[in-house]
Parts: sequence; C-alpha cells; structure tokens
Amino acid sequence: MSAPTNTVTKTIQIEVLRYRPEQDSEPVWQSYTVPYTDDMSVLQGLQQIKDDQDGTLSFRWSCRMAICGSCGMMVNGKPKLSCQTFLRDLLPGPVRIEALAHFAIERDLIVGVDKFVDKLQSVKPWIIPKEKRELSQGEYIQTPAQLEKIEQFSSCINCMLCYAACPQYGIDDNFVGPGALALLHRYNADSRDGGMDERMPLLRAAEGVWSCTAVGYCSEVCPKGVDPANAVNQNKVNAAKDYFLGWLKPKAKVEGGKA
Amino acid sequence: MNTQVKSRGPYKRSMTGWWKRDPFFMKYMVREMSALAVAGYAIVLMFGVLRLSQGEAAWNGWLAAMKSPLSILLHLTFLLGMVVHAKSWFEIMPKTMPAMHSGGQRVPGSTITRTGWAVTVVASLVTWAIAAWWKA
Repeated sequence: MSAPTNTVTKTIQIEVLRYRPEQDSEPVWQSYTVPYTDDMSVLQGLQQIKDDQDGTLSFRWSCRMAICGSCGMMVNGKPKLSCQTFLRDLLPGPVRIEALAHFAIERDLIVGVDKFVDKLQSVKPWIIPKEKRELSQGEYIQTPAQLEKIEQFSSCINCMLCYAACPQYGIDDNFVGPGALALLHRYNADSRDGGMDERMPLLRAAEGVWSCTAVGYCSEVCPKGVDPANAVNQNKVNAAKDYFLGWLKPKAKVEGGKA
Repeated sequence: MNTQVKSRGPYKRSMTGWWKRDPFFMKYMVREMSALAVAGYAIVLMFGVLRLSQGEAAWNGWLAAMKSPLSILLHLTFLLGMVVHAKSWFEIMPKTMPAMHSGGQRVPGSTITRTGWAVTVVASLVTWAIAAWWKA
C-alpha cells in the first residue's frame, strides 16, 4: 500500500463483537487496526475492515446518510447509526462495536428483525378513514396544527435504536416497543384517521403501552427526533380512558389487534 | 471446522445487570428506588394516625419517637429520597403528557418541568404555613 507522502496514516483500534453461528457457540471480541481519516464514519471503518482486512465480517448498511435505518449498532455501548457516528469523535479508541442490544444476533453485527416487522404490521400503520369519501368530494384537508400533532412521529426510519435503548423490550420482547407504538400513535393522532378503536386492543394489552415504565431512553437515542416515550405514555391515558369509559358505554367488539 | 455446518442460530444476549450498562439506566433505577423513600414516609405518617386513634399516651409516645436521633436521620433520608424522586419525575413529565400549546406555540418541556417544581414549592410552603399557624 503506498500512501501519499505528505499524509501520515492515523490508525484506530476497532473491536467488533463477532458471532458466526457455524463456528462460535457464543459471541467473541475481535480487534482490528483501522487506518482512518477525520471524515470517516464508524460504518466506513467497518467497510475498511471488510474490504481490506477480513471479508467475513457481516453488517447491514445501505444509504450512508441516516435515512435508511439499516446500520444501527451499539457503538461504545450506545445505540447509534454507524453512518452518523464519526471515528474522530471516538478518539483515542478503542471503539467497541456490537450488534444492537436486546435483539438476537444472527451474525456479527446483524440482528433478527422478524418480530419487529410483525409488530410494525400489528399496529395497522395506515390511515383508516374516519368517514368514507368519494373521489368527487376531493382530498382530505389537514391544517398545520393538525399536521404538527403527527409530524415528528412520522419521522421514524425503523432503525430500532429505541428498542436497543429499552430495557423492558430486552427483558420481554413481546412488548410492542417504542418504535411501533410511536407509529401507532402517529396514525391514531391523525385528524383524518378513525382507527383508534381497531388499534385499542393492542394498545391497552399487557404487551402494549403498559409494558413501558417510562425509562425515557428511547427518545434520547432516536436519530430522527421522534419522541416515542411521549407517544407511549400519553396513550396510557387513552388506554385508561377506553377501559373506564367502556364500562359506561358498552360497544361492539372490534376484530384484530393481537400482537 | 465443524463437521455439521449450522447456518443459523440466533444468539440472545443476557440481560443480567442491564441497569449497570448505561448511566441513563442507573439514573432510572435511582428514580424508581427513591419511590421507596416516599412509601417509607407515608408508612411512618400512617402509623402516626394509627397511634393517634389509640389515645393520648400512644400519640405522645409516637411524637417522642419522632424526635429521636435515629428518626431524624431517617427523615433526612426520606427528604433526600423525596427530592430525588420529584426531580427525576419532573424531568420525565414532559414525555408523559400530551403536547401542550400556548398561543400557537408548543410549550417546551423545560417549562413543564419548572411548573412542577413551582407547584411543589408552593404546596410545601402552604403546608408549612398551615402547620405553623396550627401550632401558634
């Protein structure tokens, strides 16, 4: 390797928690010495390892600009998007990287997302119109104030950092969890939506909002400024209201909503 | 190399000692533990009410017990726990309630937290004033 003569190659130690199910009975740390420049992200550090040192290292990534939500991992113990975290901020190292906490590791830095994807579907993340409208009646109008109620909750990129920040999810992964519940709230709180009753059985179930104990770390780690803790906790009020008002005005059973 | 190649075998990491993993979790545990101080103080007060119902001698005995050095130390611990509990709950309060708006602007979290403290201070002063007035 011939480096340009006017630059000194700086290196940083990157330790990765490896897990290869065909050979490891449990995850093991492996250390790499990585040449870096000031503009390199943690993801680029991993790419350097994979391209030039060890092709067996597995990790997910796609957009490199914090919008696809693929490259979430624990960087020095904190849930981070690795494309958005820079090696220069982690000096002098070593940088310890491991797969997102609270999820089962499939291979190296890759976690299983099946349950999370099921949860996303279970919250019915689409608008269930409050009133049927004909095409000729025109579009559904929304005021800026109505949009503001849902806007931040609609910024979720499904990166699952909030799940890696949620000890309740780590202890019981049946918990619907911060991300999916924030998405549920995004639709419930939409002025055009009338699906709250359909989402209520899941929302008020034991694995719904009541599994949350307001740790609040989910909202701290979100790279998109979503506040899942707020979405979950204000729905405890809605779930309680639904429970008690249900005694006063019995209504027809709604289908669905099981996790 | 293994003779039998296993291509999958999801590995679930242990949650043992999870709260020591991150300072944020430790703060959360302190918040939850400080609830014990609040409960402890409530029990002491309820015991006082019970003694009051048992006649003058019982009541005076409880009052005397409250003045012992051990009791004062316990109450200082309760007070500290109560302050920690209030502080940590007022910090999370903005996340636990629906967004509030004032004059078209969203009320910032810090305002909600400060309002919590203001109410606490006023309530404490009122309680103290009533107690002082009663004693006079």
